[in-house]
Amino acid sequence: MPVKSSLREMKRRRRLLLSVFLFISMPLSVWAQKNSCLDCHLQMDDVLKAPAEGFAADVHKQFGLGCEDCHGGDPAQDDVELAKDRSFKGSPERAKIPEFCGSCHSDSAVMRKFNPNLRVDQLVLYWTSRHGQLLKEGDASGAVCTDCHGVHGIQPANFPKSQVFPWNIPQTCGRCHSNADTMKAYGISVRQVDDYKQSVHARALFEKKDLSAPACNDCHGNHGAAPPEVTSIAFVCRQCHSSAGDLFSRSPHKEAFDALGMSECEACHGNHKIISPADEMLAGGKNDICLQCHDAGTEPHQTGLEIKRRLDDFVASSEASGKLLTSAESKGIEVSEAKFKLQDSLSSLVLARNLTHGLSLPEIERSLGDGAKILAEVKVSGEAALREAKFRRSGLIIATAFIILLALALYLKIRDLQRSPKHQR
Amino acid sequence: MAGLWDKTKAYLESRFELSAIREFAGKKKVPEHKRSFWYFFGGICLFLFIIQVLTGILLLLYYTPSVDAAHESIQFIMSQVKFGWLIRSVHSWTANILVGVIFIHMFSSFFLKAYRPPRELTWITGFLLLVLFLAFGFSGYLLPWNELSFFATRVGTDIAGVVPLFGKALKTFILGGPDVSGATLTRFFWLHVAVLPAFALLIMGIHVILVQTLGMSKPIGIGEAKEISFFPDFILKDSLGWLIILAVVGAVCVFLPWEVGPKADPFASTPLGIKPEWYFTFMFTTLKLVPAHIFTVEGELLAVMGFMLGGLLLMLVPFLDRRAAREKRSPVFTAFGLAVLVYIIVMTGLTYLAPNIGK
Amino acid sequence: MNRRVFVNLFLGGSLLGTVVSFLYPVIRYLIPPRQAEAVAKRIVAAKAGELAPNSAKLFRFGSSAAVLINTSDGELRAFSATCTHLTCTVRYEGDSGTLFCPCHNGRFDLAGNVLSGPPPRPLEAFEVEVSGGDIYVSKKD
Repeated sequence: MPVKSSLREMKRRRRLLLSVFLFISMPLSVWAQKNSCLDCHLQMDDVLKAPAEGFAADVHKQFGLGCEDCHGGDPAQDDVELAKDRSFKGSPERAKIPEFCGSCHSDSAVMRKFNPNLRVDQLVLYWTSRHGQLLKEGDASGAVCTDCHGVHGIQPANFPKSQVFPWNIPQTCGRCHSNADTMKAYGISVRQVDDYKQSVHARALFEKKDLSAPACNDCHGNHGAAPPEVTSIAFVCRQCHSSAGDLFSRSPHKEAFDALGMSECEACHGNHKIISPADEMLAGGKNDICLQCHDAGTEPHQTGLEIKRRLDDFVASSEASGKLLTSAESKGIEVSEAKFKLQDSLSSLVLARNLTHGLSLPEIERSLGDGAKILAEVKVSGEAALREAKFRRSGLIIATAFIILLALALYLKIRDLQRSPKHQR
Repeated sequence: MAGLWDKTKAYLESRFELSAIREFAGKKKVPEHKRSFWYFFGGICLFLFIIQVLTGILLLLYYTPSVDAAHESIQFIMSQVKFGWLIRSVHSWTANILVGVIFIHMFSSFFLKAYRPPRELTWITGFLLLVLFLAFGFSGYLLPWNELSFFATRVGTDIAGVVPLFGKALKTFILGGPDVSGATLTRFFWLHVAVLPAFALLIMGIHVILVQTLGMSKPIGIGEAKEISFFPDFILKDSLGWLIILAVVGAVCVFLPWEVGPKADPFASTPLGIKPEWYFTFMFTTLKLVPAHIFTVEGELLAVMGFMLGGLLLMLVPFLDRRAAREKRSPVFTAFGLAVLVYIIVMTGLTYLAPNIGK
Repeated sequence: MNRRVFVNLFLGGSLLGTVVSFLYPVIRYLIPPRQAEAVAKRIVAAKAGELAPNSAKLFRFGSSAAVLINTSDGELRAFSATCTHLTCTVRYEGDSGTLFCPCHNGRFDLAGNVLSGPPPRPLEAFEVEVSGGDIYVSKKD
């Protein structure tokens, strides 16, 4: 046989084999990936369709887990009876959900396979929480895993789309805790989320996107969530506000609060609706909180008045300096160096305001004294700037006067030349 | 005193042959008529240019053309150097006023048909000076290295890149690289203080010599007009105008000193509403308004080519306006010039009154 | 005096006045200002020996705050003093040998790294150089 035709023969044979292989293997591979759960459920309506739709984005799917890994059953079977074989668990009843999730998530050997970083104590903590305790008592309306984390569409907690990502947490907790009907049975107020939304922490979290700002879980705990006891509120706040906490502990308030069983920070700042503290909260201010315990005219209140007076003086002084600088700037003088110093003096104010927790008038005076020195420098710069503005204007007047005189002289000269006999030739 | 003055005159006379120049200057006459007010604008351009050179030389003393120091040196000039605020503000304000006066000078010469023979070369050198001074403005604007100037330069050079064939190469040459950087700063500085001044002096020299040699053009239709002598009458009137401008610039600089602005951050996103200096805004707004595609050609490209063609036609107008060359009124060209003027004014106005127009 | 002489004198005098009022700013401009140079890429933060060990000094560097620290081992270090959380000014705490931000308790070590609290990034470190009795602080390249 000629070589050419045998080569062609070989090629034809190869092509035939390839197409047969593909013809057989493709349906086989599809069959191997077959997931009858999804296939059927996607064709259903609403409630039965939702799990299949949501699962596409679920974090468990990304780790190669499927419906059968949690619910059992055989996804290779088309027939629904065969699919729901002996291993099929169905959807667990509400009260069994924590154990259901915990069957993997509390098992460190299992979790290590998928994500060694994840904690495995969530279930243990959960049983210590109010939600867990309710469940143990037989009340299944307390939150279970799926209420917060979602189901069939669960995102890792550090993904912004997750229901438990920091800035989504208030909304997630609020689903029950802002619902008057749900909370009626427990006698719990439903104002917390609304109060929180007005707080400075909420502004930091939602507006400034500062993920270090506290949401519900940072003070109440995650899985072991429970309201902090009165004595522990202060420790909770001290996590971030330790310098205010230290000052408070050194102050006469600490002993008094402990003796009265009063929660430290909360007494003056509130718990959920913690708004930006203002000088008006001090003794003598419009929202004087000292009057809650101290009568006006008593020595403590008098000291408070002194403290506020010092702060007010400083604020007035810094505003006056600020006005000087703004005025100079509007006149065109460059005052960035002085503005920078003014900023510096403001940090003295921040420190002094923090020092009010310590209730020590001498300490506050000292801190403000440092700032006052800087303010004095700013005032000097500001006044120098205003003098410079005046100097520029008077310089302009002088130069313009000379120019006008010169223009006048020129005009006279022109007229003179035009009149001269030489010109009129 | 008078004896010393005479002796000095005699000394210089014999060495510079001043008498020849004196005679020529003495004979020079300037027509005086209804429209002779417009004659002053050329001299004002020259005066403002001299102010720019002087203040520019002074600024050179304290300015540093490097990314790390440019903005800081401007800040330094504005706050630490005695009268630095004045020198710098005069330079910035006068730059804008100069470009405005150049446009007035150009349009008045156009409408008075001063370009007709024998003054074609005066017109052409004048047009080249317009281009040079726009380049002065564009290059100088980047030197303070603040946010506005950085992004305005980026926008402007992006447009240069649109030109067909050599657009990309042109842009790279102007920028000294693919994007606005330290290399651009040094390159613009090089242009602004060395290359452009050299060319400007050369072409300005030719322009002024031509004006002196050919005298002032009289508008078509004005026959015999009263004449005044250039020296000293016209010069003195010129100086009066210059003095008034000086006073105005001084006042403006004291009450509205030029801002330093925040330092340029190449990694920041372009601020909203960024636009070039006002004298480029008519082109800028045209580009914003032109549709993305006209037939199959990119709209921006067409607009840029349109401007270049327009510029070329403007430069060649002495050769195109046949009627004016014959000392006849040419209303077509007047109408055309008026249309261009109105277009520029409207487009410039739109930029500020309707900043969100277009893409 | 006749009219022409008066006009000439007036012209000369006002010309002189105008020229002087223009020359005065130019001459003042040319005289070197007190602060010799514009750039704040390298400044003198303090004099050698000004800081005792385990103490610090806040100073201005460019347009922001900076801190020069003399550690307890006698080593000089400098950092940006602007807290990377919400731009409050940090302070050196001798007791803990750390930089502390009083606003939300951010704490940095003497390499600028965040030890605790909300700051998201370390403090920018600067180069310190002692030369001729002065302590120079400059930005790192």
